Amino acid sequence: MAKKKFVVGCFDNEDVLFPAVKKVRTTGYKIKDVFTPFAVHGLDHALGMRETSLHTAGFIYGITGTTTALSCISWIFTKDWPLDIGGKPHFALPAWIPIMFELTVLFAAVGMVLTFCYLCQLAPFVKKHHFHLRATDDLFVMVIECTENTNTEDLKAFLTNNGAIETDVQMAEEGWWIGRYDKDEVLFEGATA
Amino acid sequence: MSVKYESQLREPLVYGNKTYHDVTEDIVRPIEAKPSKLWYIGFYISVCLLMFGVYSVYREVTYGIGQWNLNKTIGWGWDITNFVWWVGIGHAGTLISAILLLFRQGWRTGVNRAAEAMTIFAVMCAGQFPIFHMGRVWMAFFVLPYPNSRGPLWVNFNSPLLWDVFAISTYFTVSLLFWYSGLIPDFATVRDRAKTKLRKHLYGVAAFGWTGSTKHWQRHESLSLVLAGLSTPLVLSVHTIVSFDFATSVIPGWHTTIFPPYFVAGAIFSGFAMVQSLMVVVRKVFGLTDYITMGHIEAMNKVIVLTGSIVGIAYLTELFMGWYSQNKYEGYTFWYSRANLFSPYGWSYWGMMACNVLSPQIFWFRKMRRNLFVTFFMSVLVNIGMWFERFVIIVTSIYRDYLPSSWSVYYSPSIWEIGFYLGTFGLFFTCFFLFAKYFPTIAIAEIKYVLKTTGESYKDNMATIEQKQADEFAHEYAH
Repeated sequence: MAKKKFVVGCFDNEDVLFPAVKKVRTTGYKIKDVFTPFAVHGLDHALGMRETSLHTAGFIYGITGTTTALSCISWIFTKDWPLDIGGKPHFALPAWIPIMFELTVLFAAVGMVLTFCYLCQLAPFVKKHHFHLRATDDLFVMVIECTENTNTEDLKAFLTNNGAIETDVQMAEEGWWIGRYDKDEVLFEGATA
Repeated sequence: MSVKYESQLREPLVYGNKTYHDVTEDIVRPIEAKPSKLWYIGFYISVCLLMFGVYSVYREVTYGIGQWNLNKTIGWGWDITNFVWWVGIGHAGTLISAILLLFRQGWRTGVNRAAEAMTIFAVMCAGQFPIFHMGRVWMAFFVLPYPNSRGPLWVNFNSPLLWDVFAISTYFTVSLLFWYSGLIPDFATVRDRAKTKLRKHLYGVAAFGWTGSTKHWQRHESLSLVLAGLSTPLVLSVHTIVSFDFATSVIPGWHTTIFPPYFVAGAIFSGFAMVQSLMVVVRKVFGLTDYITMGHIEAMNKVIVLTGSIVGIAYLTELFMGWYSQNKYEGYTFWYSRANLFSPYGWSYWGMMACNVLSPQIFWFRKMRRNLFVTFFMSVLVNIGMWFERFVIIVTSIYRDYLPSSWSVYYSPSIWEIGFYLGTFGLFFTCFFLFAKYFPTIAIAEIKYVLKTTGESYKDNMATIEQKQADEFAHEYAH
């Protein structure tokens, strides 16, 4: 895991953020991410992200639940231990609908949440680099990845001109690691920015 | 293209001249401050109740179900009444967060977090009753279908009681996931402004390393929407299945096809009443009156008068069918055991009628809907009424069987039955007090999302924006 260099621009208003995102992208800089305190609608499109397919995964988990319920119950009640309940048919589909429905919902919900946590790399004790602490409070934090040719001073000035109230250059680890938020770990010797 | 700004005519959802930072400050303040004396008093009372409940359950587990005054005829008494009552209360949270999300009701953002918490705690309380009613509670895992050494002898998948096992456990799991996934960004907010090391560590663990990345928000939105879509039929299914416990039987008074919608309406009714009881207090104690406004309270009171009237119609329909069916057992149950005030349990029927059908009609008046005292009083009354409803359904239907020789004597609960019920209050309020102190009681990120469209200080700009958007819309349509 290597550290990379990023230029960080903080905005305090989403109405300023959107034109700035557009400008930065058309100028040719590569926006790594924008960290926001809440879901800003349309920002994903402005950043050119594709739609998430999480809901498709949810659908697949859901039908897995339905088929699990149906196949298990029908095997149990027709093959493994056919109970005679008042002479009623062993394959009693209408009576199984409630459980099939519940398992559909259960599988879809649990599966989606786990997938969400996996994709976003969220778990207890996971730690990541935070570019600005106020990104979860009231700032919209745009992070631009630097290449060898990037002139950080120019880029900072460019962001300021486009409405950033605060700019900064940071060396940061991109991924996640196991750590505590009350301690500042130095991941590798001499790896500080 | 959707209209981004709400009409100026609508009441603001957030009062005061708030910035995003103010929202964070206001909602996180109770977490960062020391708990008040009132909090400690309430918390200790809850823990005492919980302890009494634990002792009552200990008696029941050690000496058996005989500790309760259930008998051969009245096999379901306070325990199942309390179970249905708590499950009903546990319906408002998911209704507010899921159904109102799909209906795009902006006001849900103020109350959804606390209502969801309440849902989870209420379902936890509800679950205790059927589990301990099993008697040999150490065998409770027999209700789970797993390959076992008893045959394998499977559970009966055709039984509504087993559907209940699946429905309640799924409901609890999904509500918990929905609630927690919404909490993650708010925990991150608390973490990033924490001053003490312990708080930073604990909220750091709870926040799962949330950063607020746009991609993560995009997935979070998708997750919330799908979970809401799944929870909507789920919340309706849960109380439907609870009503099947009764409706699929052949007992007069239970054998009724209107039970599912009637139970669901009743559940929403009691759930909203419980949300009102709690929120009227919480908003004052934690100074959140700008976020949980009179508008929120009025909206919930409207739901209460609607659902109260739906259950009222259900009660009248049952009475009508008791006569119209010309079935003498049905007639006896509805017209003697229930509607006759002077029959042994007639008082509970009329108590239910008074609390659930007559008194909520006061909310047709706007002044009453916006009166905090009336709201609080009514919310307690509604929950008493809904407890009566379940008691009426369960006990008045079974205390006089088809066979007069097995008619029961008058059933009144033993102290340990009451203790168990009080204990679940203890459990509920202990959890709720801890939640109110250590969790963001209002969804911070969601309030920030609606702040600029519905906040009081942003309302002035809306007329122009609304006009502009209407023009754009017309323009798009013209071409």
